[in-house]
Order: sequence, then structure tokens, then C-alpha cells
Amino acid sequence: MEVSRHWRLKEQRYSLVGETCEHCGVKLFPPRDVCLACEAPAKELYTFTGLGEVYSYTTVYDAPAGFEHQAPYTVALVKLEEGPLVTAQLTDVDKDTIQIGMPVEMVTRKLYTEGDEGTIVYGYKFRPSVSATA
Amino acid sequence: MNAASIIGIGQTDVREHWDTSIRHLAWYAIEAALDDAQISKVDALYVGNMLAGQLSHQNHLGALIADFSGMRGIEAVTVEAGDASGSAALRQAVLAVKSGLVDTALVVGVEKMTDQTGTPVTAALSSILDADYEAAQGATPTAVAALLMRRYMHEYGVALADFAGFSVNAHANGASNPLAMYQNRLKAERFTAAPPVATPISLFDVAPMGDGAAALVVTRHERAMDMVPRPVRIAGSALATDTVALHDRLDPLWLKAAAQSAAKALAQAHVTLADVDLFELHDACTVLAALSLEAVGFAERGQGWQLARDGEIGRNGRIPISTFGGLKARGNPGGATGVYQAVEIARQLRGEAEACQVVNAKVGMAQNLAGVGGTAVTHVFTVDEQ
Repeated sequence: MEVSRHWRLKEQRYSLVGETCEHCGVKLFPPRDVCLACEAPAKELYTFTGLGEVYSYTTVYDAPAGFEHQAPYTVALVKLEEGPLVTAQLTDVDKDTIQIGMPVEMVTRKLYTEGDEGTIVYGYKFRPSVSATA
Repeated sequence: MNAASIIGIGQTDVREHWDTSIRHLAWYAIEAALDDAQISKVDALYVGNMLAGQLSHQNHLGALIADFSGMRGIEAVTVEAGDASGSAALRQAVLAVKSGLVDTALVVGVEKMTDQTGTPVTAALSSILDADYEAAQGATPTAVAALLMRRYMHEYGVALADFAGFSVNAHANGASNPLAMYQNRLKAERFTAAPPVATPISLFDVAPMGDGAAALVVTRHERAMDMVPRPVRIAGSALATDTVALHDRLDPLWLKAAAQSAAKALAQAHVTLADVDLFELHDACTVLAALSLEAVGFAERGQGWQLARDGEIGRNGRIPISTFGGLKARGNPGGATGVYQAVEIARQLRGEAEACQVVNAKVGMAQNLAGVGGTAVTHVFTVDEQ
């Protein structure tokens, strides 16, 4: 059981809470307190919209323990509209239709289960943007 | 300041060593390196290892291996930097010897991948990623390299088949190395048809993990001159870091730590790329070979793959790489890989590379990466003219 580890990430996993750099304005996800771009302190919280596009993607066949039942699954780098890249699975999508540049939006899904009696870990995944596909 | 030189080398073959424990594996390489240097004791031992705590339930390797090698009492410690652990351990030996605080140091890189099999091994390998923000999403080191490769192909207009030359070259060289995990040749047309691991990376693109150990004896250059006929000077040594997570890179297709460590190591050695006769790079996946060639400066950005296409990376090419098979064919024993690279370059510069020999090799460069370059270690090796 790794309860505390998942609990302390709840704002990020469920709501995409990151930070904004007061000095240069860059938005940061995940939060890291020191700006990636200008190295100034960046501790002001910022909640991302969850909208972005696919920057790159891979379909994983050789899965690690905990993910073997999901394989093959697709992991992407999603470029959020505010700028940062996020590593996340794509969901609710036919893997053969995924393209770089495809608009996506954040949804909450089960990430994995820690065995039969362990924690069920939920968090963000991304699906094709509903507004773009309607 | 002292210069540091290699006076002894040893290595095991890379394969599934079911019958050998991690301590024995390390000892076989150490025994060979001590024999080669014709000494029996050293002042300090630096162990490069990535996964023993997870896969063999064995931490505390410094003391364990020092004791098992008959050197109980010496300073000994494990250095962990993902799959760059081996070269990071060598870097510690260089610092120790050059400082004058350690006279003779032993470096051993050892990895025992096969004490477990299947998905737990992939999970252990994924612990070198950002656990909270990459591995928690099901990413693996190969998957992250695949994200890099897909973007590389997209931005530079490169086809999957254009990477085949890296694997073909590695296997051609591995076929001449009896210690290599794979000694079969690979046909270019098979590359794109191989089963997927993490698309677009396939089984013939990613390096196989294997068990192995390699060792080096390092001492002051002046002392080395009296001890062995052909000491290999460690003329440049630099370690640089970048973000662990690929998503935190402002410029994902540029391996900044690889570029920084190479520039520093070359400057220390007072050599330029034109002087480098061979380059052992970190071809855990073909895209990392291309990006390493670009970061170091052998190719412009987006053009590293062209060196493979144009036959420039072969034993007689402009810049031979993976001369004993590289990670792809010799095998990738994780935290031992960086020490294998150094052993192989020492064999080349001593003129003892047998069927893998690069003619008249005088300057060799090794670059070992962790993941997609969160850690990058570059060493430049030279031999004195005879």
C-alpha cells in the first residue's frame, strides 16, 4: 500500500494543479517551485484547463507490472494549451487514429490497481477533445 | 593534478547468467582486471549498479563485493545513476585518483537482470523515470525513448527504416565479439518488420537487457607507466545532468547533458572530434544513437541518422560506433554498461580488439546515458605514442 504517496498528489492527479512563475510567467506542470525557464521561485498555484494537443505518442506492448492487463495502451506527451508537456495515457480512442497535433482534453480515469487488495489509483488521462470531434 | 590511467580490464560475457549470483559475476570481472594489472589489492572500490536492490534484494554492494573479492577493509561504495551507473562509478574513481587521496581504484559495473523475469523487471527499469509523473502513467524507459523517436521522425521527416543502419552496424560488430549477447547479423529489411515494444520502437531497435560485469583498475598515470606496457589514459571525464522527465525539457530533441558532458571531456583531453577514432555511445534505442551523435557534434541536429545510412559508423567509417556490438548486440547490462564501454575502448587503444579492431585507434570516446539523458557521462581515452 502506498497511500500517502497517492494522497499527496491528489491536486495534480485529479485537477492538474501546477504553478505559475511570478517572474517570467511560464506555467509549470508538474509543480516544481523553481521555474524551468528562468530558475526564479515559482510557487503560485495555477489550475490548468486540461486542454491540449498530442505532441508525441507511443503504444506500449512491453508493459511493467501493474499495467500488464492494459497492454497495449497508448502513452502520449500532451502539450497543454498553457505550454507545458504532460506524460499521460490516451483513452477513449482508436490507437490507429491518433496523430501528432490531435486536440485532446483531460479526463479522470483509473490508472492502475496495486494488486487485488491494494489502492485503486485514479488520475488524469486524455481523450480526443469533444468540442473538436463534435 | 595527477592524471588517471587504466592499467587493468576485465569483463564477463553478457547473457542470461542463471548459474551466477551478482557477487560472483562482479568477482569474475574483478579477478580478470586484477590479473591484467598484475596486482591483488586496491585502495578503493566503486561499484556501478542500478537494480540489485529491486531485482536481487541486495543493496550494500560496496562492502559485499569488496569482501567477496578478498579486499575486506578497503573503502567501497555503490554509485547509482540509472543506466549511467557504470560510467558514474568510473567518474568517482577518476576523481579519487586525481585528487591524490586514492592511489589505485577499482571500478566494477555489475547488473543481474535475470534474478526476476517478465513485468517486474520492466517495472524495476521504469524506476529510473519520474515515478510520480511518468512511471505512474505506465511509461517505461523504452516508451519514453519512443516518444522522442516519434517526435524526431515528425519534425525531421525521417522514416522508421532510416534508423535500421544503427542496429545493422551493431549486430555486424557484435558478430565479431565472442562476449556479445547477440552474435547474429541483422538484415536491414527485418528491422521495420520486428514485433513492437513501444511503437515506433521494435525488438530490433531496443537493446536487450542482460547479466554482466566489467571492471577497470585505475591509478596515477606516472605509476601506471611503471606497471604496464600500455596504460590507457583517462584524458577527459565529465558528468552532466538534465531533467529526468522528458516532459520537463524545453527542447526535447536536444540531449543537453550529453552535449555538455562531451564538450567538457573533449576540452579536458585537448582533442577535437576530428581526433576521435571511435565512439562507444549509448544505443539503448536507435534514436538515442542519432541524438547522441548530434549532441556531441558528429552531425547537425536532425541528421544523426544519416551517418548510419551513409555507412559512416562502421569499423572503417568516419566515426566507428558500437565497435563490439554496442548495447544493441553486446547487450545492455544496465549499470555495468558504462564500464563495458570503457573496457572496450581500452582494448581498442591497446590494439587488442582482435576481430573488432579499429585500425590505428589512438583516441576513444565513450558516452553513457541514463534514460533519455537525465544523466550523461562522457569519457575520452588516449594512449601515449610508442
